[in-house]
Amino acid sequence: MAYLSSRNAFRKNFISWWLICLTIQTIIVYQYDFPLYQSFVDAFISNALMCACCLQIVNNMRYYLPRREKYWYVFIISAGLGGLCLLLSRWILAGIFRADSVYVTFLKLSSSIRFGFNFLSVGCIAMLSILWFTQEEQSQVLHRRTEAEKLTRDAELFKLRQQLQPHFLFNSLNSISALAGSQPEKARHMIQQLSDFLRGTLRKEEQQWMPLKEELHYLELYLDIEKVRFGHRLQTITNYDEDILDFSVPAMLLQPVVENAIKFGLYDTIDAVTISIDAHADSNKQLIITISNPFDPETTSAPVGTGFGLSSIQRRLFLLFARTDLLQTKTDNNIFTTILIIPQLNDKSNPN
Amino acid sequence: MIKAILIDDEPLARSIVREYLQQYPQFEIVQECGDGFEGVKAIAVHKPDIIFLDIQMPKINGFEMLELVENPPAVIFTTAFEEYAIKAFEAHAVDYLLKPFSKERFDKAIKKWLDDRSAEKNTQEATASLLETASQSATQNNRIVVKDGGKIKIIPVGTIQYLEAADDYVKIITSEGTFLKNKTMALFEQLLEQQNFVRIHRSYIVNVQLITRIDPYEKDGHLVQLLTGVRLPVSKSGYGKLKAILGL
Repeated sequence: MAYLSSRNAFRKNFISWWLICLTIQTIIVYQYDFPLYQSFVDAFISNALMCACCLQIVNNMRYYLPRREKYWYVFIISAGLGGLCLLLSRWILAGIFRADSVYVTFLKLSSSIRFGFNFLSVGCIAMLSILWFTQEEQSQVLHRRTEAEKLTRDAELFKLRQQLQPHFLFNSLNSISALAGSQPEKARHMIQQLSDFLRGTLRKEEQQWMPLKEELHYLELYLDIEKVRFGHRLQTITNYDEDILDFSVPAMLLQPVVENAIKFGLYDTIDAVTISIDAHADSNKQLIITISNPFDPETTSAPVGTGFGLSSIQRRLFLLFARTDLLQTKTDNNIFTTILIIPQLNDKSNPN
Repeated sequence: MIKAILIDDEPLARSIVREYLQQYPQFEIVQECGDGFEGVKAIAVHKPDIIFLDIQMPKINGFEMLELVENPPAVIFTTAFEEYAIKAFEAHAVDYLLKPFSKERFDKAIKKWLDDRSAEKNTQEATASLLETASQSATQNNRIVVKDGGKIKIIPVGTIQYLEAADDYVKIITSEGTFLKNKTMALFEQLLEQQNFVRIHRSYIVNVQLITRIDPYEKDGHLVQLLTGVRLPVSKSGYGKLKAILGL
């Protein structure tokens, strides 16, 4: 649409300029005491030829844009076409007004001015079209690039969303296998929980955004399964304000962070582990989700904050919001805290 | 009676081994442990014939726990982790069970071990070579677990200043003190080569990041000085390696 309307604008501009040139030249020739009719024919033929040259140049530039030496190219082509215009118009006008020797002399005398005018007009048009087509080409390249980037980003986001840890699945199945012998009812219950969790995972692979309420429910399923696995060692506390349950979060963002917290909490300490999850809104209507777990600062060999398997979360948030400050971590004695900041967008379908 | 110990941090994972083992009256489970520390103690106390061992456990993993045990018993690994060099395990008498495992698979592992035992195969040797393989697995490269008196100490590789050969042991000198580990220099050299450590001498492996200066010393020899002021000899070939890693 933009392209078409700009073409129309170009056409209108071109015609207006052409009419202005026509009028000016008619007036100038008329001032040299030639009749109005003769002045008009003179102006019309010279300008028609010039107009043809200009259109020719625009057309030319559309298919071939000089890369190097563009100024020489413009200079030579303007001089050539300007000269051609002059010769043709002189030949035609001298043919029409053969009998009027005063006019023929005038025609000869004004040749250099006419050439100069032709040369400048063609040159201007050539420069403008170079500018115009270069810009258009660049915007097309840009468009293609953003398109390609969007595709890669979508693919990457899809991949990042799908990262379900197979160990979790196998260990859960092992627990079910253990329960099946001694407590079949519990085994059945856990199969149910695991199925609900997996179904949620599959559904979420297609969706980019989820209401916090659903994410928390999904998280609860996950935590229930983990609690069966780890028994009394794993405890969780979840806190949230009722009025933020409709806030949006990227689908499957919380579960990997909590999984990470559990992993580090359970494997870095010996005692019972409490994972706290807290969600609230800040003054900018951003969702703040805080997840904390204990760890042992003495034996954690990776420098806290860079490791801990949070890089894919960071990457996802960057791809969604183009910000790098949305995932923060801090340590306080033996508590490791992950803070997620989730801005609320108005248009969820297109985060950019 | 065959004495067995189950070591797994998930109670349900232990219960399934217990259940499967009930079919074998000759086995007695002398203790169940929820982590490697308990495991080390229980093995020292009960001297079991066989242990069922999980790999991913709190604080120290199954491999690290085994390293701390003198005369380790036969081991059957029970794990959901496939990426540990399973192929390498298959060559040994010790078995691994991939969770979740069936009764049939469990029976097969027990039968294999019982057969090897009656044929008087040396399972300890198998365990030792298993450990050799395991300690080279990438997951263990960033820390070393040692026994310090009665306690177990986890040393992050980054805090090690240098290692010194001491007869059958290797002295590990860190900012917190000196620890002993009964491994060879060659093994540590291999283990630490990705982590900026260079074997500068037959008896020394040094943390390159701590070197402050290198001076010529006698003929052909050099001395390095560390940030802590310690000076260590560098052999001719060690100097070559050092030059390569420092890009001299």
